[in-house]
Amino acid sequence: MSQAAIEMIGVNKWFDTFHVLKNIDLKVGSGEKVVICGPSGSGKSTVVRCINKLEKHQEGIIRLGGVELTNDPKSVEAIRSEVGMVFQQFNLFPHLSVLENLTLGPIKARGLSRKDAEERARHYLERVRIPDQADKRPAQLSGGQQQRVAIARSLCMEPKVLLFDEPTSALDPEMISEVLDVMVSLAEDGMTMVVVTHEMGFARKVADKMVFMDAGEIVEQGPPEHFFTKPKSERCRTFLSQILQH
Amino acid sequence: MKRTVFMLLPLLVLAGCSSSSTWGWYVIDPRSETGWINVKFLLSGMGDTILISVIAAVISIALGLLVALPGLSTKRGWRIVNRVYVELVRSIPLLPMLFWVFYGLPIIFRSMGINVPIDPFWGAIITLALSDSAFTAEIYRAGIQSIAKGQSEAAQTVGLNYFQTMRYVILPQAIRRILPPLANQFIYIVKMSAFASVIGMQELTRRANELVVTEYRPLEIYTLLVLEYLVLVLIISAGVRWLERRMGADERQ
Repeated sequence: MSQAAIEMIGVNKWFDTFHVLKNIDLKVGSGEKVVICGPSGSGKSTVVRCINKLEKHQEGIIRLGGVELTNDPKSVEAIRSEVGMVFQQFNLFPHLSVLENLTLGPIKARGLSRKDAEERARHYLERVRIPDQADKRPAQLSGGQQQRVAIARSLCMEPKVLLFDEPTSALDPEMISEVLDVMVSLAEDGMTMVVVTHEMGFARKVADKMVFMDAGEIVEQGPPEHFFTKPKSERCRTFLSQILQH
Repeated sequence: MKRTVFMLLPLLVLAGCSSSSTWGWYVIDPRSETGWINVKFLLSGMGDTILISVIAAVISIALGLLVALPGLSTKRGWRIVNRVYVELVRSIPLLPMLFWVFYGLPIIFRSMGINVPIDPFWGAIITLALSDSAFTAEIYRAGIQSIAKGQSEAAQTVGLNYFQTMRYVILPQAIRRILPPLANQFIYIVKMSAFASVIGMQELTRRANELVVTEYRPLEIYTLLVLEYLVLVLIISAGVRWLERRMGADERQ
C-alpha cells in the first residue's frame, strides 16, 4: 500500500472536560475499507467527524493524503473537497429538488457549469439506482432513497475518501439493504471508505479492517477474519456477542 | 371582515346617538366644503406614513440580518457584539432615540467634518429602522437556529463556505419561519411612525395635531386618526395572515 489516505496519530479530543477521544491511532490506506463499531457514546462518530473537520481535535495529528489538518480555513476547505460524508439523518436540503441537491456543491464550490453538474448528477443518480427521481423533493422519497441521494450527493464532489456515519441507523429495516448494496458496489469500485455501522454482515463482506471502540479508545483493530472469530479483548467479545446474537 | 365591523360598531353607535351640540362631526364631514378640505388634509398624511414605514422596514430587515449573523457565531466575541447591540437598542424607548438621532446625530456628524443634515423624513426612518432592527435580529436568530445543525454540516461537506451555506441552504429554509413574524413587526413600525410627528414630519398624526389646533375638535379629528391607523393595520395584518397561510402550505408540501 502506498501513501495512507487517512492517518491519525495520537489524536485526543475533549468536549469541555469530557475526554471523548483518547490517543486515537488509525491508518487507512488508499482504497481500503475500514469499519468502526462499538457501543453508543464510544466516540466512533467523533472520529469520523474529526476527519473532515466537523469537529476539531485538540491534540495529535490527522493527515489526509499526507497533508496535515490545521485550523487554517484554506486547509479545511481543501480537506473537505477530498472527503465526502454521509450522515445518519441524510441531511438532504429539503427546499431543493434531488437534482439541485446534487448540483449545489459542484456548481457553487467547484465552479462547474450547470450543464456539466447536471450531467454528473444524473450519472451518480444512476450509480445509486434512482435515475428517475431527479425532479422530486427529498420529502417525496423513502428513507432508503433519500440516503442513496445523499450518497450520490457526496459522489458528485468526486471525493477520494467517503465517510459514513451510521448510514443505515435511521432507516426502516426493509430499506437497509438497498443502501448497503450501493455501499458494497462503491467498495468494489475501489473507493476508500470509513464506515461507522452496526451492520456486521456488511462489515464481513467489505471491510479490510475492523476497528472496535469503547469509551473513546480504540480497543482493538485488525482484519475481519480475526476480529469476528477470535477478538482479543473481553469488551469486544461482549459487544460482538450482544449485536450478533439476533 | 366580520370582526372589523364589530370593532367599528361601538364608535359608530357613539357617533349616531350623540346630539349635535356635543359633537362636531362637521369638521370632517366630506359633504361640506371645509369638511372635505379637512379630510383631504388628514388623509394626505397617509403617503408619508406608509413611505416612512416601508423604507424603515426594508432597512431594518437588512440591518437585522447583519446584526443576527454574529449572534450565531461560534466565537464568543462575535456573540457579545450581537448581544450588546440587541440589548442596547431594545432598551431605548423610541421617543428618546428619535430625539437623539434628530438633534444629536447631526452634531456628531458635524464634529467629524461631515455635513449631513438630518431632515424629519430621514430622522424618522433612521430611528424606526434602528429601533426595529434589534427585534428583527432576534427573529432572524430564532429562525436560523430552528434549522437543524445537520443542514449546515451537509452544506460544508459539499464544499460550501459560510456565506454560500447561509445563502443557498440555511436562509431559504429559515425564511418560511422568519417572514410571518417579520411582517408582524411591520405593523409595529407603522404604529410607531406616529412618533415622527414630534420632529415635524407631516404624516398622519402630525396633520391631525395641526388640524386640532386650528379647529378645536380633538375628539372628532383624533377619532378619524385612530380609524386611519386601524384601517392601515387591518390591511397589513390581512396580508400577514395570507403570507402565513402560504408559508404554512409550502411547509406541508
